[in-house]
Amino acid sequence: MIGIEHYIVVSAILFVLGVLGIFLNRKNVIVILMAIELILLAVNINLVAFSSFMGDLTGQIFAMLVLTVAAAEAAIGLAILVIYFRANGTIAVDDVNRMKG
Amino acid sequence: MNLISSLYFSAPEIFLTISGLVLLLVAAFGGDKTARTVTILAVAALFGALVYTADLLTNPAYELGGEAWAGIYRMDGFGSFAKILIYLAAIGCLIVTPKFFTENGGYRPEYPILVLFSAVGMALMVSAVNLMTLYMGLELMSLSSYVLASFSRSDNRSVEAGLKYFVLGALASGILLYGMSLLYGFTGSTSYLGIRLALQDGLSMGATFGIVFVLAGLAFKIAAVPFHMWTPDVYEGAPTPVTAFFSTAPKVAAVAVLMRISLDTFGEQTLAWQQIVIFAALASIVVGALGAIGQTNIKRLLAYSSINNVGFILIGLAAATPAGASGMLVYLTIYVAMSLGGFVAVMMLKDAQGRQIEQISSMAGMVRENPLLAWCIFFLMLSLAGIPPLFGFYGKFVVFQAAVQADMIALAAIGIAASVIGAFYYLKVCKVIMFDDPAGEVVGDTTKSNWAVLLICSVIISPLGWILTKPLVELADRAASSLFFVI
Repeated sequence: MIGIEHYIVVSAILFVLGVLGIFLNRKNVIVILMAIELILLAVNINLVAFSSFMGDLTGQIFAMLVLTVAAAEAAIGLAILVIYFRANGTIAVDDVNRMKG
Repeated sequence: MNLISSLYFSAPEIFLTISGLVLLLVAAFGGDKTARTVTILAVAALFGALVYTADLLTNPAYELGGEAWAGIYRMDGFGSFAKILIYLAAIGCLIVTPKFFTENGGYRPEYPILVLFSAVGMALMVSAVNLMTLYMGLELMSLSSYVLASFSRSDNRSVEAGLKYFVLGALASGILLYGMSLLYGFTGSTSYLGIRLALQDGLSMGATFGIVFVLAGLAFKIAAVPFHMWTPDVYEGAPTPVTAFFSTAPKVAAVAVLMRISLDTFGEQTLAWQQIVIFAALASIVVGALGAIGQTNIKRLLAYSSINNVGFILIGLAAATPAGASGMLVYLTIYVAMSLGGFVAVMMLKDAQGRQIEQISSMAGMVRENPLLAWCIFFLMLSLAGIPPLFGFYGKFVVFQAAVQADMIALAAIGIAASVIGAFYYLKVCKVIMFDDPAGEVVGDTTKSNWAVLLICSVIISPLGWILTKPLVELADRAASSLFFVI
């Protein structure tokens, strides 16, 4: 029988993968955007699982809200990435270091 | 009746949203030449919302506040106080912006509209009493801010600041959201009241994790250590008016949300978050003070100064008393004036070609050529350091007083000791502009709007500001008491 713990564990693994994806990734900013989406989806798994196990619809409404916001966030992230590429000609993470200190 | 009172309580946000959408149409049909008109209209809309909110705050009939929209939004003294600060900061930033971008290429009407939407998001955040409303307001604020940070599309540093802000801001939102999902799962509710009632019966493991994640996400937004690493880069890279905006309005909103969440929602489990806040407060004060010492760029220095100031604000939260909350609000008010004044002054530092001056060494001896500007910076720096006759001292005083009253003498003592370290770099800037041999680079600025905002901020932080003490403290006390009144 699959219980609520399994969902929480899956979601925690996805969340950690997302966070690691942001910090360990040395190659490409696109991968960071994917990692951010992964974090939001981990949250959605949590919300829907809790909602279904508690028989309370709020979590599912919250999940829809998160999906919508995630779409807006991805759009803005990609837009910033495009102007970054135009200005610098690269989107490698190691090159994002004009300012330091 | 319910609908009407809901509309009545949330009228400023609704009005600002509609104004933003209408102005967006004006901008879309009129093109870039409408930028100035749109800015003026946006300031007018913010001013209207400000007056309305001030009326809600001072009206005795609404002293207890009220719920709106079936309990996802709450109008109370605390929210109104924070909103007034947010609107004031947004107005101040909008007033100084057009001239800056007209000189540095490309002022576009999106700018005031983004600030307007950002202000709506912040207003929703501070009035939210449900995690969903909070998340929506927070994202509206953040998404607008990411675009604002990279507003100078042709400037490499601005674009890089936008990218960094976006990545770390999105990570912060993700962490906050994960905490919210855990809270929802382990308390069974997304409303603040529901969570508070559930936490009364004790704290489960999952709920503890939820609290920690939510606090971590909010710490990112207020740039408290250990989640401060984005601040210097973003503050340096973003165009200066945008930096002025970031260091004022979003900070007020995020601190207000942190206060409401900790004192109201988690109010039954103070011990669960108090140590986290104490750690973040002390670490912010120390890192802010030490990090600023080696800086040569004035914007980076002010960024560390804002980290440092957040630490002092958090000391009021660590006290977890109405006096502490009131002290935080007083500090925030003074901080908005100091920070806005500081960044506007930086914006007015220009060389003979009209380029921005950001290096501290270039400001050397500027008191000879630009006495008024130099004196304003001098007093703003001393006020940020908390030197007594200036108003900045009062903010620190009330916060430390609250900590001492709450029996946190060690915390207050360490905080005061660290603020002495902090005074060093402020005094260094003062020494450079007052006593060093003139570098002769600063030409100064004659823009009336910049001078107006700078002088208003300087008067507030000057000893004249003490006149404001009584009404300010009364309002802050009332606002803070509405946080502790909830059940």
